[in-house]
Amino acid sequence: MLLIAATVKPVSVTASVSDEPVDAIVEEAEKGVHDVESKINPKDIIFDHLGDGYGWEVPFDHHKRIPLPVIVYDDKSGLHIFSSSRVTGGKDYVDGDVTFRIAPKGEKYAGKVVEVIDGEVYRPIDISITKNVCALFIAVILVIWSVLAVARWHKTQGSKAPRKFIGAMEALITFIYDGVVKPTLKDKSKKFGPYLLTVFFFILYMNLLGLIVIFPGGANLTGNIAVTLVLAVITFLITNIFGTKHYWKEVLWPDVPLWLKFPLPIMPLIEVFGVFTKPAALTVRLFANMMGGHMIVIVLTLLIFIFAAMGAMVTGLTTVVSVIFSVFMLLIDVLVSFIQAYVFTLLSALFISFGQEDGHSHEKADHKSAESGATAQAVSN
Amino acid sequence: MELFTPDFGLIFWMFVAFAILFFILYKWGWPVIIKGVESRADLIDSGVEYAKNAKEQLDNAQATAREYIEQARKQQADILREADKMKTQIIEQAREAAGQEAKKVMDAAKVSIEQERKEAQLQFRNEVSSLAMAVAEKVVRKQLADDERQTKLVDSLIDQIENQN
Repeated sequence: MLLIAATVKPVSVTASVSDEPVDAIVEEAEKGVHDVESKINPKDIIFDHLGDGYGWEVPFDHHKRIPLPVIVYDDKSGLHIFSSSRVTGGKDYVDGDVTFRIAPKGEKYAGKVVEVIDGEVYRPIDISITKNVCALFIAVILVIWSVLAVARWHKTQGSKAPRKFIGAMEALITFIYDGVVKPTLKDKSKKFGPYLLTVFFFILYMNLLGLIVIFPGGANLTGNIAVTLVLAVITFLITNIFGTKHYWKEVLWPDVPLWLKFPLPIMPLIEVFGVFTKPAALTVRLFANMMGGHMIVIVLTLLIFIFAAMGAMVTGLTTVVSVIFSVFMLLIDVLVSFIQAYVFTLLSALFISFGQEDGHSHEKADHKSAESGATAQAVSN
Repeated sequence: MELFTPDFGLIFWMFVAFAILFFILYKWGWPVIIKGVESRADLIDSGVEYAKNAKEQLDNAQATAREYIEQARKQQADILREADKMKTQIIEQAREAAGQEAKKVMDAAKVSIEQERKEAQLQFRNEVSSLAMAVAEKVVRKQLADDERQTKLVDSLIDQIENQN
C-alpha cells in the first residue's frame, strides 16, 4: 500500500506541475510565441527524460539543476574534475588549455561532455557522476540500509518475529530465497543465494526509485541498457565461471546424434550461441520493460501539452484522461517493477543452475517447466 | 539512439556500485539473515513439535486419570457389594448362632423341665404311695382284723410285686 501511495503522489506532480513540458510552455508564453505545438518536440523531451544527464532536474525550475561532479580523463590533458553546473546550459568551462562543453544537439557526441583542444572536439573517457550514477548510489545505499536493518534485527533480537518494515523485508527475502533460489539451486542455494538476493533487491529498488518523479528518484536506471547489461554480464560470468564439466560438455558436445555435431558442429554452435543469448535476453527484457513503462507515462503526460493548442475544452478533457491513464500506468509500473526484478532473479537462478548440472536428467525437466512458466509470465508483461 | 548504446561511465560505476553492494551484503547481510531465518524456522518447528508432544502427553495423562477413576469406582462398587454380602452373611450367621443358642437354652429348659417333671412325678408318686399306704393301712387295718385274711393279702401283694419286677 505504501508503495502505491508513494507512486500515486508523484503522478499528480508529473501531470500538473513539475515536468519540463510545463516550463517549456511557460517559456514559450514568455517569448510570445503562440505556435506552441510546433515548439514542443515530444521526441526530445521523451529521450531527455529517459536518458542520462549531468545535473539532476528539480521541480518548478527548468534551468536549475542539482550540480553533480563531472569526471573526465584524457591522455592528452589528464584528469579533470569539475561541477556540472559549469557546463550545463550551454556554458563553456576552460581548464588550462582545454575547453569543456556539452555538445549541443545535432553535433557528434550530442549531450555528452566533450573537450575542445585547438578547435578539435574529442570525447574524453567520461566517468562522471551523472544523474543515473547518482541514482545508482542512492539505490545502493537504500538497499544496504534496508538489508542490514534486517541483519541487525537477527543479530540483536534473535528469534523474535520482526514486524513492520523489517517484517516486510524479511517476507521478500524469504519469498526470493525459499521461493526462487532453493527450488532451482537446491543444495547450491547458500553459494549463489547472496548474489541472487542482491540482484533482486537492487533491481527492485532501482525500479521503484525510477517511478518517483522528483529528486531522490526519477532516474530511468533499469531502463538504461548499461545497467541491465552489467547485471546480465555478471550473471553470465557466474554461470560460466562456476559451470561444471557436465555443463561444458552439454554446450560443446551435446547428447545428440553424431551427424549433428560432426563434421559440421551444428548443435555445438547453437548451444554456444545460446550461452550468449541468455544474458542478452536478460538485458533486453528488463531494459525494454522498464523503459517502455517510463515512455508510456511520459507520452501520456505530453499529450496534455500537445493538445494544449486546441482550446480549453480539449485541453481540459485531455488532461483528465491523461492523468487517469498515467496513474493507471504508474500503478501497473509498480507491479512491473516487482515482476521484472523477480523475473530477472528467477532467470538468473535458472541460468546459474544450468551451469551447475551434474548429469541428472530429471533436474533438467524441472528447469524447463520452470523456465517456460517464467517466460510466460514475462511475456504477459 | 543513445538509449541503445551503453555508456562507459555508467557501466564503470555500475560495476563499482554493484561490487560494493554485493561485498557488503555478502559479508554482513545475507548470511546473517538466512541463518537467522532458518534457525528461527527450526525453533518454531521444534516448538510446535514440543507443544504437540505436550498435548499428547496431557491427553494420555487425562486418559490414565479417567481410567484410574473408573477403576476406583469399580473397586468402590465391588467393596460395597462385598460389604453388603458380608453384612447379610453376618446377619445370617448371627441369626443362626442365635437360633442355636435359643435351641440350646430350650433344650436345657426342656431337660430341666423333664427332670423337674420326673422329680415331681417321683415326689407325687411318693406322696401318692405314702397316701395310698396310709389309705391302704387304714383299709387293711379294717379288713385285716383277722390274721388269715392278712396273710392272704400279703401273699397276693408280694406276688403282684414280683410279677411287676
